[in-house]
Amino acid sequence: MTETDLKQATMQYVTRLGDDSIILSHRISEWCSNGPFLEEDLALQNVALDFLGRARMYFTYAAELEGEGRTEDDFAYLRDERQYTNLLINELPRVDFAHTMARQLFVDVFNTLFLQQQLQSKDETLAAVAAKAVKETRYHLRRSHEWTLRLGDGTAESHQRMQNAVDNLWGYTHEMFDVDALEQQLIEAGIAVDSAALRPQWLEKVTAILTEATLTVPEDSWVVRGGRTGYHTENLGHLLTEMQFLHRAHPGVTW
Amino acid sequence: MTSSISDIPVVSNAWAERLQHRQQSQVPELWDMLDVVNDPEVPALSLWDLGVLCDLHKDEYGKVTVWITPTYSGCPAISTMQDDIESELARAGFNDYEVKTKLAPAWTTDWLSPEGRRKLREYGIAPPTQSACGNASGLTPEFGVECPHCSSSDTKRLSEFGSTACKALFQCNDCHEAFDYFKQI
Ligand SMILES: [Zn+2]
Repeated sequence: MTETDLKQATMQYVTRLGDDSIILSHRISEWCSNGPFLEEDLALQNVALDFLGRARMYFTYAAELEGEGRTEDDFAYLRDERQYTNLLINELPRVDFAHTMARQLFVDVFNTLFLQQQLQSKDETLAAVAAKAVKETRYHLRRSHEWTLRLGDGTAESHQRMQNAVDNLWGYTHEMFDVDALEQQLIEAGIAVDSAALRPQWLEKVTAILTEATLTVPEDSWVVRGGRTGYHTENLGHLLTEMQFLHRAHPGVTW
Repeated sequence: MTSSISDIPVVSNAWAERLQHRQQSQVPELWDMLDVVNDPEVPALSLWDLGVLCDLHKDEYGKVTVWITPTYSGCPAISTMQDDIESELARAGFNDYEVKTKLAPAWTTDWLSPEGRRKLREYGIAPPTQSACGNASGLTPEFGVECPHCSSSDTKRLSEFGSTACKALFQCNDCHEAFDYFKQI
């Protein structure tokens, strides 16, 4: 691979990571003023802000690698659904608090493992972003872990809702461990994380937490994929409509 | 006033390195000048106290470059900090300057100055407990963060996340006041 190809591939990879971060951030931020109580409302917004910060670092870096004068805002606000390459789990609607927490648990466990590897990336910027994010993720996981226990091992109603959420989201977790040709090249170059290798540890950790919460680990009976190639659920278009409206209505607006 | 061995402040290695870096700087007057720039969210602290101000440099043509680092990834205050430093440099008569953001090494609460920790407490925010105090995980403890109002250790955590990303919410069982705790990270 030539240096230009490598740079181009890294740009696409970094954009994926930015897409995951911004879409999840937006979904969590939808809880603003809808949280179950004030402290939880604030906690969710803080987590959303951490993901937004990651998105900004990734998009800024992607724009720099591309070198065509685009900015983080162009990446966030001026790309359509098919150009977004986030994992589908991040775009699913928040549904109820149990769904939000189950997704957070799956993603937080994944991120603790993923970022730990990204720290070793030969790409200095990716390693630097990981060094910041890995510390924040420890706080995120402790919270989603506690909530999973509280809801799973709570009332009959909270247990049922949590189990439904785990069952409904399970088929979207497999995509987190897919490695395509682009990522394979970058893994060989020491830049990307080999996420396929993280699945056994992820499964072990998630199984332990779900079991502790008296929840049942679902069977692997169905799988949905497509986010990395731009094939999304119907939910992403609606999310982008809301997220991008202001910027598209008033291009370049600042305050 | 008598002093005892317990009055000798214990500082983190990270802080000691920062202080040494500042003391060895070629432009001490610039560091001193920027001591007046405070954190927009916790105005009791200067950017130096907070550990956000990493480095500064003046080149042979008089151009000043300042490096700052964000606390949390999504810290919304970073651009305000940048503006505040620029206005201070402009006020001091500099016309060629640049404020740059750098990500590595990642900010840590170990960079808080001892002075900053004292100011936080006076402001009503409990400073981070150091890992040396039996908080091995580094995460926020559930109990026992010292109340900044009455110094009681009989306190409980109300929420892992407080009014901003860098804080958690506690309540004191003695004076019953709620207070922010500046999380260790
Ligand atoms: Zn008190």
